[in-house]
Amino acid sequence: MAYSEQVLDHYENPRNVGAFDKGDDTVGTGMVGAPACGDVMKLQIKVGEDGVIQDAKFKTYGCGSAIASSSLVTEWVKGKTLDEALAIKNTAIAEELALPPVKIHCSILAEDAIKAAVEDYKKKHG
Amino acid sequence: MQFDFNQTYFSLFGIEPRFALNTPELDRRYRELQAQWHPDRYASEDDSARRLSLQASTFVNEGWQTLKSPLARGRYLLRLNGVDTQEDTNTAMPMDFLMQQMEWREAIASARASRHLDQLERLNSELREEIAALEGLLGGQLDAAQWDAASTSVRKLRFLEKLDQEIGDAIEAVMF
Repeated sequence: MAYSEQVLDHYENPRNVGAFDKGDDTVGTGMVGAPACGDVMKLQIKVGEDGVIQDAKFKTYGCGSAIASSSLVTEWVKGKTLDEALAIKNTAIAEELALPPVKIHCSILAEDAIKAAVEDYKKKHG
Repeated sequence: MQFDFNQTYFSLFGIEPRFALNTPELDRRYRELQAQWHPDRYASEDDSARRLSLQASTFVNEGWQTLKSPLARGRYLLRLNGVDTQEDTNTAMPMDFLMQQMEWREAIASARASRHLDQLERLNSELREEIAALEGLLGGQLDAAQWDAASTSVRKLRFLEKLDQEIGDAIEAVMF
């Protein structure tokens, strides 16, 4: 299967690979996994006092589409409020990366990862 | 000549519908049923008999494949109890499990990059133990009708299956 140029770009030059200290109060960590393909994705957000996401990091074990989806969303969430980040839909990710139907689940994984990261942050600040 | 396509695979093979399996008994019944329904035996019969034998032997094969694989057997038992294992949709695995998956994948990637066959083989035997332990757990959960927990175990097994593949690929890449 041929990957789109957008996927290849993120796959070959992934943005924001790495990790924050998950014990840090300003950090929200989301970990999700897709049983059907065994992909595992960790996405972290660093939130400023104003409630705006300042930075994001990810680490993903999976196919090119999963890596590209997580790389893309780390770019997208920066500068967004938590609610804006929650509003990111997998369909937008899939569209931006021109994912074929069999790879839509990779974009769903990325959407779920953001939700999990925001939830983790909110839990810390209950 | 009749074949009941509505029966469960367990009743087809005459075994108890539970996770613990008598594999030699399953294999013995499989050979019997395959011999009984093999399309070669019906080559000179009429169309409907030939079609029935083909469908029956396909059903027998699918049943055997399903029951002999622990993962497929677990999923099938859950399905018989009306439980969907949500392997395509449920991404919310326990955090510690996912952390552990990350560590496994990192260990495999690093052993592969440094071409350490011994490390890969050690990971492989650790994974065997992990899979055996999880299958034991799944059997207990199914016996106790703990459907949600069993469903999670099936999803976990999918990840371990993927690790198994990754280790196999890495060993092949290092050896050849």
